[in-house]
Amino acid sequence: MMNSLVQAILLGGYYALVACGLAFMFQVMRIINLAHGSLAILSAYLVWEITDALALSPFVSVLMILPIMAIIGLLLQRVILERATKGGELLPVLTTFGLAIVIDNLLFQQFGANTRSLSPYLGDLSWESYEIFGLWIGKLPVIVLITAIVVIGGLDLILRFTPLGRQIRATAFDPDTAGLVGIDARKIAGISAAIAMMTVAISGTALGLRGTFDAYAGGPQLLFAFEATIIGGASSLWGVFLGGIILAIAQSIGALIHPQGFLLGGHFMFLIFLFARIYFNRDVFTLKHWFAKRNKGEITA
Amino acid sequence: MKIKRSNAYSKVTLYVVAAVFIALILLPSFASNNVMERLTVLFIYIIMAAMWNTLAGFGGLISIGQQLFFGLGAYATIRITNMAISPFVALLIAACLVGLLSWPISTFMLRLKAGEFAIGMWVLASIGHLLVNLDPLIQGETGISLIALNQYAIESRRLLIYFAALVSMSGLLLGLFYLLRSKAGIAMQAIRDNEEAADSIGVDAEKVKKWFFIFAAFGTALAGALWLAQASSFQPKTYFSVQWTAYMIFMVLVGGLGRFEGAILGALLFFVVETWFAATGVWYLVGLGAVAMLCSLFFPKGIWGVIETRLSITLIPVGYQVTGLKPDSHSKNK
Repeated sequence: MMNSLVQAILLGGYYALVACGLAFMFQVMRIINLAHGSLAILSAYLVWEITDALALSPFVSVLMILPIMAIIGLLLQRVILERATKGGELLPVLTTFGLAIVIDNLLFQQFGANTRSLSPYLGDLSWESYEIFGLWIGKLPVIVLITAIVVIGGLDLILRFTPLGRQIRATAFDPDTAGLVGIDARKIAGISAAIAMMTVAISGTALGLRGTFDAYAGGPQLLFAFEATIIGGASSLWGVFLGGIILAIAQSIGALIHPQGFLLGGHFMFLIFLFARIYFNRDVFTLKHWFAKRNKGEITA
Repeated sequence: MKIKRSNAYSKVTLYVVAAVFIALILLPSFASNNVMERLTVLFIYIIMAAMWNTLAGFGGLISIGQQLFFGLGAYATIRITNMAISPFVALLIAACLVGLLSWPISTFMLRLKAGEFAIGMWVLASIGHLLVNLDPLIQGETGISLIALNQYAIESRRLLIYFAALVSMSGLLLGLFYLLRSKAGIAMQAIRDNEEAADSIGVDAEKVKKWFFIFAAFGTALAGALWLAQASSFQPKTYFSVQWTAYMIFMVLVGGLGRFEGAILGALLFFVVETWFAATGVWYLVGLGAVAMLCSLFFPKGIWGVIETRLSITLIPVGYQVTGLKPDSHSKNK
């Protein structure tokens, strides 16, 4: 019981990692990128390819694909999203879904139906574990969880304390007014998409390290990311972190109840949170609600 | 100034539609088996496109989870035929049941906006898939065949499925036609054009969207049930695949989002593209995704939208047409 809880929290770290890019883009640009999961799988393949070709550690390869994914993010914003958002809120949904289909099938064309994993390139690390209070905890899932904390913490710090972060927050809050005070909303949107894609690159790598992936694994990753974002309340990145962990715990509970209940547990938890958000106080399940007092203090001060 | 519902084109269309319908009824007496089977598939595509268009084009609701209703329609047909009911009765009951089920779903899901609704529906489709897998009758991903169809000889079975698809398609299109011309439909088209403005003149968007959602669920379920009759085996993974929604999106985006004629044109195009290129496998799917993406970016109204604005032709009159505007009433405003 204790063991499955710990494993769930570690898995939650992965969900948080894959969700934070989706939530970040949603917060800044009001776009849910349906190609999010497919792009994560694309980066997993890129890391796999580089690791295999240059005989590097995956941890080095991921550093090499960060700039590639950042450029892809910038292009995504400039070529597709910018145009799509002008046509209303529905077009980005359609175009990013089309993009997801293209990416998935190109990956299938290129890499075939075999599942891949990055764990063979890790040597001993893929099975090494810590023993704490009689529980065996894999080193790799711990690394993924810590990465999630570092990535989300880093994003949070950038948003809070840097000039770039202020500009991003201002653009997210009201792009037109931000433009009036001299913020280049187009540039900010491009940078935000690039940042989001870098987190996507890290999450794709994390998926490859923790387990296996194939060309069509993008859809499920998108659903996990979306569920974690909704459970977390979409309004704060730490909320999304919590959402990832709650999702993973719900899945483990589902698996305890029924052998096929792993995914269903997560889906039902998502529905419960959605239901609560719609019919009760919209914010009850978000961090914002619980820290509302402090925020109010900030506003009045 | 004159306001009317139909024009010379729509009268011609009426005669053409009637002629095509009669031809399709008479067709089985001379067409080959292969032609009939392919036409059955085409009818199902037209249903799927028209239903997705109902939701997205007229309701402004982009769903990535219509495979939920497609899969449930097929599953319910399996379940009902298992109770020794004729499969052709079962598919209608199944679609009605799925339509009923979509009512509580709609009260819940329609509160979501844009992208949240889209992926939310996808999650529901995934739930539907997982729950159907739990039914021992289905035997997990192995699936099951619609054995009840074997009580019909192969020839009469083909004929019955053909007519079932033809009648379903005609019925749904006719239903959609009258739905769009009804008060609710006019309201829906007002919402499509501008939700805030429609709201300000007293259009109850919630209620109208709900009816369109249920209608689309019913039609998509019927398409799923017909597909099952046509393919005769049910594997949850195939029927609950997001691929179906991808096809619907392709058909509607290329044909013309929010245009009655657009969905039919899109389905015809998809049918032709599939016949020619499906053998290329993955590249065909890459092409579908790319074309859908480009269409939504550059031709958001699709091929029919271009035809309609360039030539101002309306074949199927679901709105009102204004003619005889005096030119000076325009120039004064300038």
